[in-house]
Formats: sequence, structure tokens, C-alpha cells
Amino acid sequence: MAGVTLGISAWGLVTGVAMVKSGLSVPLALLMTLAAFSGSAQLAAVPLMAVGAPMWVIWATALCVNLRFVIFSAQWRPFFMRFPLCRRLALGYFAADLIYVLFMKRFKEPRDDAGQLEYFLGGTTVNWLAWQLPSVLGIVLADVVPTHWGLGFAGVIALLGLTYSLLSDRTTAVAAIVAGAAAVAAFALPFRLNIVVAIAAAVCVGLMIDGGGDAVRRLLDALQRDSGRSRLPGAASRAAAA
Amino acid sequence: MNGYEALITIAGLTAITVVTRSFFLISERELRLPGWVQRGLRYAPLAAIAAVVVPEIVMTQGHLIATWRDARLFAVLAATGYYIWRRGLLGTIVTGMLVLVPLKLALGW
Repeated sequence: MAGVTLGISAWGLVTGVAMVKSGLSVPLALLMTLAAFSGSAQLAAVPLMAVGAPMWVIWATALCVNLRFVIFSAQWRPFFMRFPLCRRLALGYFAADLIYVLFMKRFKEPRDDAGQLEYFLGGTTVNWLAWQLPSVLGIVLADVVPTHWGLGFAGVIALLGLTYSLLSDRTTAVAAIVAGAAAVAAFALPFRLNIVVAIAAAVCVGLMIDGGGDAVRRLLDALQRDSGRSRLPGAASRAAAA
Repeated sequence: MNGYEALITIAGLTAITVVTRSFFLISERELRLPGWVQRGLRYAPLAAIAAVVVPEIVMTQGHLIATWRDARLFAVLAATGYYIWRRGLLGTIVTGMLVLVPLKLALGW
């Protein structure tokens, strides 16, 4: 945990600096980091605000950048559904990338007695501080902090390390490579929709390999069998399922 | 964008953070995902993070970089090497930055 927080902190510092350097006033930048609490979405939103993009464009972009959290939230469900709605929203708000990866590696299934909530709260507190304190520092000291050092890249390497720790076999590795390549190839799409494209592509490839790696052959087999048989309704779908 | 508009924008961004992070925690109803979606969920989180990270490494100003003289590439190679060797996240970040910062400062890559 200590390791990744270092990367998170460097990233927070540079995000703070970047927000002010892009023309956001210090009070607004402070408000944004303390309220929005989402580094990648902030970094995507600030340049758009600087050029006066319409609000809905900024929100649509932030939505795409934050899409990964929607996916994470499905996996938080078994752990958090026992709490009332307000508590769930609060827990969700603090459930950023780092705590998601660490928590899911540590706890495979929900248990009442395992100190899971404590682990979550401790982890999010460290993560929150490691992000917010340097962010505030960066906002206040925006003119002093050197940006040409490339310190912000520590955040990218931290996320890269988290990505590596999620790789469990060859299929997940292929899915990650496909996602990365698709995100680059589709980068020209508006609103960071390239992230949506990347997730879709990686899930498709993952499912294809999951199905035995011979999805195309099975599809052709199913079609051949189907054409040789009388055309009963639903035969194609049954053959495909078989 | 004036201060008032910026305030609304930031309020919206905050709402987006809350809604995306707790999206599937909001409804009480039992969540029945089809089998393929459940299997697909194995790849989606990884893909989502990779989709944010990879463009940060190989793109500048929205374009694929055309030179190998980019400090980020060497930093990522070093960090990846360390991760394969030792698996520690701290070492991965430190190794990457130890390669990145000198290349940037000394060579301007």
C-alpha cells in the first residue's frame, strides 16, 4: 500500500498544479479536488473548462473516464449491500482505483467477521490523504512546483502497476493489450469514448478466448449443421449454444 | 467560463463521481447478470484501467508518438522489468521514476 500511495501523491501534486496552470482559480481548484475527488476525470475536465467547452461535453467526458468505476461497483455489491443507501453512496464515493484493486485481491468473498469494512475505511483514508494533501499543496504552490520533471507520470506508473497486479493468466493479459491498443486507436473519438470502445473490445476478446479459443470454428460448425437441417425456428441459436 | 458556470460544472463532476462509483450499489433489487456478462466482468476492470493508462504512455497531444526518444517509454520498460522481477508496487514506481526524471532533465526527452 505504501508503495502505490507514493505514486498517487506525486500524481495528486501534479494534478493540483495542472488545474491552476490551466487557468482555474485557486478556490475553484480546491473545491474541485475536494469535491470531485477523481484524478483522471479532473485532468480530463480542466483543459475543457479552460477552452470554455459546454458543460454537457465536460460531463460526458468525465462520465466516460469514470466508466471503470461503474464496473468496479458491480463487484462492490456483495460486500456493501447490507448497508443502508446513504452509507452505500458514501462508501462508493471513496472507492477509488487503489482501494478497489487491493481490497479485491485480499477479500474474495464477503464475510462479516473479517474486518473488511475496517480494511476498506483504513485504505480509503490513506488513499484520500495521499491524494488530497499533495493536491492542495500543488494548487497553492502551483508556480513553484517544477512540472518539467515529469512527476505526474508516477501516477501513470502506479496505475500501470495496478494493471499488472490484475493480470492473472494469458487471457487477461491479451485482454489488457487489446484494451490498450483499442484505446489508442480510437483516441480521436469525442468525450473519451475510446475508453468505452476499449472495454468492449477487451471483453469480446476475453469471452472469445474464454469459450475455448475456437469461437469462429464453432460458429462455422453451427452454421453448417444448420444449413444441412430443416429450418426449424431456433435451430441456429440451439446449435450455437451447443 | 465564469465562476458561476465553473461551480455548476464542478457540482456536476462531483455527482458523476458519486453516481459512477456507487452505480450498482444504488438499487436494492437483486442484480441478475447474464452468464456472459459475469464472465466478461473478469476482463472489464482490467481493460478500463489499461484504456486510461496506455494512451498516457504512447501518446502526446492526442497523437501516437513517432520517436523512441521519449522518456516515458524507457520508464515503462524499466518499471515493467522491475515488476516482473520483484512484483512490488513501490519498487515499480521508484524504478520508473529513476529512469524518467534523469532522461527528462538531462536529455530533454
